[in-house]
Amino acid sequence: MLEIKNLHVKLEEEEKQILKGVDLTVEAGKVHAIMGPNGSGKSTLSYVLSGRDGYEVTDGSATLDGEDLLEMEPEERAAAGVFLAFQYPVEIPGVGNMTFLRTAVNAQRKARGEDELSAADFLKEVRAKAKSLKIDADMLKRPVNVGFSGGEKKRNEILQMAMLEPKMCILDETDSGLDVDAMKLVAEGVNALRDEGRGFLVITHYQRLLDHIKPDVVHIMADGKIVKTGGPDLALEVENNGYADILAEVN
Amino acid sequence: MAALDQTQVKEGVDQETVDAVREVGTYKYGWDTDIEMEYAPKGVNPDIVRLISEKNEEPEWMTEWRLAAFERWTQIEEPNWAMVNYPKIDFQDQYYYARPKSMEEKPKSLDEVDPKLLATYEKLGIPLKEQMILAGVEGAEDAPAEGRKVAVDAVFDSVSVGTTFQAELKKAGVIFCSISEAIREHPELVKKYLGSVVPVSDNFYATLNSAVFSDGSFVYIPPGVRCPMELSTYFRINAENTGQFERTLIIADKGSYVSYLEGCTAPQRDTAQLHAAVVEIIIEEDAEVKYSTVQNWFPGDENGKGGIYNFVTKRADCRGDRSKVMWTQVETGSAVTWKYPSCILRGEESQGEFYSIAITNNYQQADTGTKMVHLGKNTKSRIVSKGISAGKAQNTYRGLVSMHPKAKNSRNYTQCDSLLIGDKCGAHTVPYIEVKNNSSRVEHEATTSKVDDDQLFYCRQRGMDEEEAVALVVNGFCKDVLQALPMEFAMEAQQLVAISLEGSVG
Repeated sequence: MLEIKNLHVKLEEEEKQILKGVDLTVEAGKVHAIMGPNGSGKSTLSYVLSGRDGYEVTDGSATLDGEDLLEMEPEERAAAGVFLAFQYPVEIPGVGNMTFLRTAVNAQRKARGEDELSAADFLKEVRAKAKSLKIDADMLKRPVNVGFSGGEKKRNEILQMAMLEPKMCILDETDSGLDVDAMKLVAEGVNALRDEGRGFLVITHYQRLLDHIKPDVVHIMADGKIVKTGGPDLALEVENNGYADILAEVN
Repeated sequence: MAALDQTQVKEGVDQETVDAVREVGTYKYGWDTDIEMEYAPKGVNPDIVRLISEKNEEPEWMTEWRLAAFERWTQIEEPNWAMVNYPKIDFQDQYYYARPKSMEEKPKSLDEVDPKLLATYEKLGIPLKEQMILAGVEGAEDAPAEGRKVAVDAVFDSVSVGTTFQAELKKAGVIFCSISEAIREHPELVKKYLGSVVPVSDNFYATLNSAVFSDGSFVYIPPGVRCPMELSTYFRINAENTGQFERTLIIADKGSYVSYLEGCTAPQRDTAQLHAAVVEIIIEEDAEVKYSTVQNWFPGDENGKGGIYNFVTKRADCRGDRSKVMWTQVETGSAVTWKYPSCILRGEESQGEFYSIAITNNYQQADTGTKMVHLGKNTKSRIVSKGISAGKAQNTYRGLVSMHPKAKNSRNYTQCDSLLIGDKCGAHTVPYIEVKNNSSRVEHEATTSKVDDDQLFYCRQRGMDEEEAVALVVNGFCKDVLQALPMEFAMEAQQLVAISLEGSVG
């Protein structure tokens, strides 16, 4: 589904190479985790895949079901099925959460040539999905992420994911700033979306999220490259011994 | 006490985005109507003033009033304190009177109406029945109405072309007609109130207006009457090189209520046009007036050519105790806007509110705000101003809050927020605060923020295109003010916010 080949990325403004040849394939129905020390390029990978400004691809490719992602505008990638759950969800004052969701859902439907969802159908769907994430009516009305707690923000990201039904979900450090209960709730939300047709790329610094979202494949990223790939055990190894051993071994 | 706070933006969305989206921006009402017009000769002098008065079949006292205003106007200077730059206006190179020729005689049926005039209103989205009435078709009033019920007075260049729902309003005792008709039919009211809020000598533009105003709307709500429908005036400038000087007079007698809407558009032309209106509102004891404006005059093209110069004096006088006025304005058009809808809070416990959205894009300049003059005890005022600048536009909030010695225990709350899109525009906040007693309280809050890349990226990652994203963020920013608008206007305003920012990302 998602195929990344030899991806080289530098910062647009400065001569700093961040990704130095990433190769990664995420198959439909699979959950891949990327772990790695700070500054290894994990978040950059998620931004480059979703089309954020400020990065320059100097070599390599990234495709989703054969379509070249790197040529598309961010909204085109979204319509094609790329979803990024942000590490720091952005606040939009004055815009109701529900309005935001509906605008997003309909924008994607329009881009795909589908009819817009009627207000009634939308409401029904959003209420059902919000309930399972313990998001109440009040949170749906409040402005997007404004005054939300860390846990509320992340649950809100998962609600957006559930509503937009993407093919490829990228979760960028979704566990940061979450207590154990909130993490469980978020993980349950993600697990409910696991599906044969959907791929996941879970970026995390710690292993603990992977206790709740069980990965099929674990990659270790360091200095802009994937240096080691393995099964779920690899995450445990990191948990027990830290990154130093693995990095030493690779070098 | 006066504070000055100026902000220039340095950062913003990158240039590529700016250029990419800039292409799209267009003004929807920029067409003109090729219609046979009758003009007075160019320029302004006592003869032109007399001619306008004569065309409106005015009584002698009105002509004299105008001539006195003209005399005064020749003695005062154009003000230059506002933060706006424009080439000097040659006041003798303008037409001061223009009207569609077809209005000389009232048409008997739709067939006789100049179809171009009808088409104009259709294009502007005014319902058919109202179009018929506006076109002056006799008997149109009795035709069944469709959709929402809003009485409309339409002013086409210098003349009011018709007012709808007059009969129904009459039943309630409400007078809603053109000001020229009011001068003829209700001289006692006009004599009593005209110029009583904005005196003839008030300021350069108001004085000029007093001399040459050609038409406008007149509203009188009798004591205890709640006006059964929204009243609205639609202003359209069509003729080239023609100034529009309309005059609106609204009187809300004791315990009455009215909500009044004003909308404006003008064709796209590459020469600037002048608009200098005066609105006076008198609010007696326990009465309440809501005045909402959606101003969408042609703003000039993306290079700053053409557009309307909008110099407007609007003032409400809360004469009676517990009277209340609320100004809501959405200013998206005009090349230059100079406008400060104000409240004189004379009655005890009277209240003034001012909600404003001012959007400037490309080379537009707006210097707008309000004056809250607290004269009575326990008076309250609230100001919520949202200024949005994009392109190379300059947006200034200028406001005065004045607590007079007798205005004990009065309160004001002011909130001024500026939003910047791109790195070439400017936002300025110039609040003047004068407090002359020690029991009153004035609060002022101001913020300046940017539509930042993170917000736009977040929206786009969820599937919205860049313009949709900007419109969403800006509408969120304006929410407090949009909520203050009547329903049907709020929807329109929301779309207008999106339209006027087209091509503005950056």
